[in-house]
Amino acid sequence: MTQEQLLEQIYKKDGKAFTALYDMYSKSLYGVIFNLLKDKEESEDVLQDVFVKIWKNIDTYNEGKGRFFTWIVNIARNSSIDRLRSKGHNNSKKNLSSDNFVHILDYNTSVTSRIDAIGIKEFINKLKPKCIKLIDLLFFKGYTQQEVSDELEIPLGTVKTQNRNCIGELKHLLQD
Amino acid sequence: MDTTEYIASGTLEFYVYGLLPEQENIEVSELAKKHAEIAAEILSIEKTVINLSYAVAPPLSAENFERIRAKLIEKHNGVVQLQPKRSLSGYIGWAAAVVLMIGLGIQSYKYNEATDELNTATVQRSKYEVLVADAAKKNNEHEAALAIVRDTLNTPVKLAGQAVAPQAYATVYLNKAKGEIYVDVAGLPKAPEGKVYQIWALKLDPLTPTSIGLVDDNEANSGVFKMDNYQGAQAFGITLEPAGGSKTPTMEQLYTLGKV
Repeated sequence: MTQEQLLEQIYKKDGKAFTALYDMYSKSLYGVIFNLLKDKEESEDVLQDVFVKIWKNIDTYNEGKGRFFTWIVNIARNSSIDRLRSKGHNNSKKNLSSDNFVHILDYNTSVTSRIDAIGIKEFINKLKPKCIKLIDLLFFKGYTQQEVSDELEIPLGTVKTQNRNCIGELKHLLQD
Repeated sequence: MDTTEYIASGTLEFYVYGLLPEQENIEVSELAKKHAEIAAEILSIEKTVINLSYAVAPPLSAENFERIRAKLIEKHNGVVQLQPKRSLSGYIGWAAAVVLMIGLGIQSYKYNEATDELNTATVQRSKYEVLVADAAKKNNEHEAALAIVRDTLNTPVKLAGQAVAPQAYATVYLNKAKGEIYVDVAGLPKAPEGKVYQIWALKLDPLTPTSIGLVDDNEANSGVFKMDNYQGAQAFGITLEPAGGSKTPTMEQLYTLGKV
């Protein structure tokens, strides 16, 4: 199902819309949340909050301002960071950079993904370390261009293009 | 406009990540409507990151879906309705209310029935997904094992059972050119708790054993394991050792042995 078909269902208040929404995005959002929180139970708890927020605020989503997935990923990141703050982890963004999405593969023992987790791990390990950091900070953790430039000590003007090259490498493997 | 150059700038990735300022988001959305190649690129980037985050996520419990639904019902009066905008004013009389009540009763009953079915289906589906994934994993393992056994570059070396376990047997597949070694331990009894099988490559004159790896759960998969590379082995032996392995083989616990 495409984003447009899903939104149409949601706007029509179709009873199956929530299930479809959950099926399409829960696992990906869980990946983003878990990468920030590193705790399964807490991540499931935040995921629940995120879906409640999505459902409750769906009227405020504006297709003219971005993709639906982008909107919900933002909710997931922000809710996770709020949870970190409220738990007194008192590391807003800064301490988050020590670990990245590659490490969460180590927590992932069961191969239930549509993509073989072992295969993907092998592939991701072949990515340049810089790519892992870039995608991790930008996509998973929502760092700004400036923050990434500072953190990784790369010129501000090259952050976007370097990230694009990294995504290009990933595309071949990850698209069915 | 030069869409190729625009795509190459990396702005669309930032658009999908949600890192652009609002004004730029609006611009990109407009461009996507005008240029099919921009719209296609956005979808492709989105698919990549959705699949990436999907792939790295740990397994999500089947109950999670139900918990979210419960939260929505509890806090927001129902998942299935998206807060309908009510314009009912006070005119509606008792009669209407009674009809409504009966209607709601029937709806609620049907709704619960449907929900139960849905929940059962969701839980079932999660279970099947795990089963299918396990089966796929097993199949891959078996195919990999078969490929090793069939490979004509691999010389099989039969290891026969020794005093401590006469019934035991094992086979080593040796690629002499590359020094790659695989061992099929399906013919060994299950290692007792706290023990592992250790595989040794031997040189005979003088007798020098070199550990080429441990097998700590010989029933866990197809039974064919890749060992450390080793060049010039003249024989192979398998001993039972304490977990973690030993520096030298415990000869009283020699299970199988065979010459190349």
